Amino acid sequence: MKLLQNLFDGMKPNFEKGGKWEKFHTLYEGHRTIAFAPDLVTKSKGTQIKDATDLKRVMITVVIAMIPALLFGILNIGHQHFIATGAEGTFLDKAIFGALSVLPILIVSYAVGLLTEFTFCVIRNHPISEGYLVTGMLIALVMPPFIPLWQVALATIFAVVIGKEVFGGTGMNILNVAMTARAFLYFAYPAQISGDLVWTYLGDKPAVDGFSGATALAVAYNSSVDGTPVVEALSTHNAALGADYSFMSMFMGWIPGSIGETSTLMALIGAVILVATGVASWKIIVGGFGGAYAMGLVMNALQVNEFMAMPAHYHLVMGGLAFGVVFMATDPVSAAQTELGKWIYGILIGVLTVIIRVTNPAYPEGIMLAVLFMNVVAPLIDHYVVKANKTRRLQRATV
Amino acid sequence: MSKIVKLKKGFDLKLVGKAPLEFLQVAAATTFAIKPSDFPGIQRPKVLVNEGDTVKAGTPILMDKAMDQVIYASPVSGEIVEIKRGDKRKLLEIKILADTTVTHEKFGALDLGQDRATLVEKLAASGVWPNVIQRPFGIVANPADNPKAIFVSGFDTHPLAPEVPFLLQGDERYFQAGIDVLAKLTTGKVHLNVDGSKAVPAIFSGVKNAQINQFSGPHPAGNVGTQIHHLDPTNKGDIAWTVAPYGVVQIGKFVLEGIYDASKVIALTGSEMSQRGYVKTYTGANVSTFVGASSQAEDLRIIAGNVLTGEKVDAQGYLGFYHNQVTVIPEGKYEEFLGWLKPSTSKLSFHKAIGMFSFLKSGEFKVDTNTHGEERPFVVTGVFEKIMPMDILPTYLFKAIVTEDFDEMEELGLYEVIEEDVALCEFVDPSKNDLQELVRHGIELLMYN
Repeated sequence: MKLLQNLFDGMKPNFEKGGKWEKFHTLYEGHRTIAFAPDLVTKSKGTQIKDATDLKRVMITVVIAMIPALLFGILNIGHQHFIATGAEGTFLDKAIFGALSVLPILIVSYAVGLLTEFTFCVIRNHPISEGYLVTGMLIALVMPPFIPLWQVALATIFAVVIGKEVFGGTGMNILNVAMTARAFLYFAYPAQISGDLVWTYLGDKPAVDGFSGATALAVAYNSSVDGTPVVEALSTHNAALGADYSFMSMFMGWIPGSIGETSTLMALIGAVILVATGVASWKIIVGGFGGAYAMGLVMNALQVNEFMAMPAHYHLVMGGLAFGVVFMATDPVSAAQTELGKWIYGILIGVLTVIIRVTNPAYPEGIMLAVLFMNVVAPLIDHYVVKANKTRRLQRATV
Repeated sequence: MSKIVKLKKGFDLKLVGKAPLEFLQVAAATTFAIKPSDFPGIQRPKVLVNEGDTVKAGTPILMDKAMDQVIYASPVSGEIVEIKRGDKRKLLEIKILADTTVTHEKFGALDLGQDRATLVEKLAASGVWPNVIQRPFGIVANPADNPKAIFVSGFDTHPLAPEVPFLLQGDERYFQAGIDVLAKLTTGKVHLNVDGSKAVPAIFSGVKNAQINQFSGPHPAGNVGTQIHHLDPTNKGDIAWTVAPYGVVQIGKFVLEGIYDASKVIALTGSEMSQRGYVKTYTGANVSTFVGASSQAEDLRIIAGNVLTGEKVDAQGYLGFYHNQVTVIPEGKYEEFLGWLKPSTSKLSFHKAIGMFSFLKSGEFKVDTNTHGEERPFVVTGVFEKIMPMDILPTYLFKAIVTEDFDEMEELGLYEVIEEDVALCEFVDPSKNDLQELVRHGIELLMYN
């Protein structure tokens, strides 16, 4: 390690004041602190010791929590391909196929995002923050598997610049950055990011007879138009190919969808990691699932159409709800920040997701809009929770 | 009447280097100093002596022209050897070379039958008054105020903190006398708060004229700010006073003996302290004789006070007025390859983020001064709330100070906290912000605007 240290030391004069790359000082520091935890010591006044956990460790915890979803996503994309084309594929075939479609997206997301971030750090002269470690992974995981890479790049730039940097960078953003990227694509290229084509890649092969690439949410929505019970429609969908949308297969995640969002199980594994490490708020996660379930029950009670009659627990495993609630809603910067606020925020995300799904014919997936909407509302929720605290404190005076 | 408060929120820092309960034979400190920086509220310090003057213990050597009734006295008898000034002639230290035997100014015993105004005037002129701290703001109390209550925390939960009963052994009489006079200074109560997890120590158990409350739980249960919050919180316009147990004893000695006696027991602690234990010295002592061999090594940090609220001093530095502890730990000026990623059970952390397994270890931790990361904006939420045992929203309070929003600062609780109350927040903050400094900045905004 001395070698690497010497390498950094050798470059250091160039980046110091007066050096030829002085402007890029922040990049030098950023890379050095990734390789080596910095040799900074506490000030002479204030706490003389500091907790061993820093923001980098918090962020990497989130990245690690997403790895099960990523790996499963890679495998599932291969799996879906072989189902759609009717070809036989081994585990390895599926994994390789999936990796070839996912890794480019991941690389583009990180490369473009970090470049944008670095540019801003140099211009604004603020330190490189580790927030993008998480954002880069999240953006890749919410992309449809066969999205053109230039769209990934464009969405990433938009999200980092408009979603984050214009507000002042990490910690200052109002909207979840990855959701901003997804929403940008949805509204900028609606034809390409919805419908049945983006979810399953056929390549040059024709689809096998009877195959439908519709997502579970689309199937559910269509069944309410046809008037067939949703559970039946889901369980018969592609059933001949052994790829039905039963509760169990949706829970496991063997269904088409965005790269990381299909498996509820993997999202739950991520949730366990995040909650056990104390990085994400369990209140938001429990609130999100609880809110969706409760709203599902309300829909059951109304039963205006077949989609509303779908058992409430189906909502928890369909679409991106689990992924969104676990990884998106819990982003501490854009979520509610008070403890009571986190409950309200989480519950409303679940409730809104189900309302959007069931009542909006244009776009059955509601979690994206629900999270973005609640990101906007979160400061308002906090405002009232804080106000209650202030009032409580004032009332003490008269007691 | 007495209250029992059990606190859950907080965090005990279990560190290597607690002082065993025994007195050490250490060469006595020969120089002592009074530093205006020990008293945050002091506005216009004025030196009352010249270099070369001889003083007795209790001779006034410093005053604040903004509050001229209160004098700051010499802790020992001897000669003023240096009046150290910094940039723009800012007064830094007044150094005194001590006589081998300390002689005291004689004020005469205090008759508690006198009226309050006379008592206050005599206490303020004696050198013991700076022990009385005002809440809000944590500044030396203004003798003209009438506090709604006076609070004494009888235990210290800071890392490696000295055992208060050990510091005060033999001082029972003085402690009672101190409480008696404090009771005359307030129309409200004197609260004496003791550690509810242990038997009440002898020095406190028989105390009269005070309400004895029990507090238990992790640090900051022993912080007087936490205790005030749960007993009788200070709102805007309220004034409460706090006195440390040593201060009560010092006041009591003045009452009974008529002297300003600055002798005190301090604890020598920390993993790198060459000899751990307790020593007898005086307020403002030079630390060099205590740290002994530790002072030779360059990669050690000598801290006057504890690791959360203390301050770095050099090997020839001085203890502050309120300090009763010296801590020596290693400096942390090293780079660690992938230090932010490496799993570890030996690094102390409140968090359980990936690789931080310190919560699995039950023993004591060896810590250094490395910050373990760079400063960042506030990102992670809910951490401060987990360790703050008050009905205060720390993140919002800190943000209000950053944005200098006066109304918010007042409403969110800046009247209830001083540096030590947020020290634990500063420790656990993964964004490594200087929150104690921030809180003092906020207090100064409120005080001087």
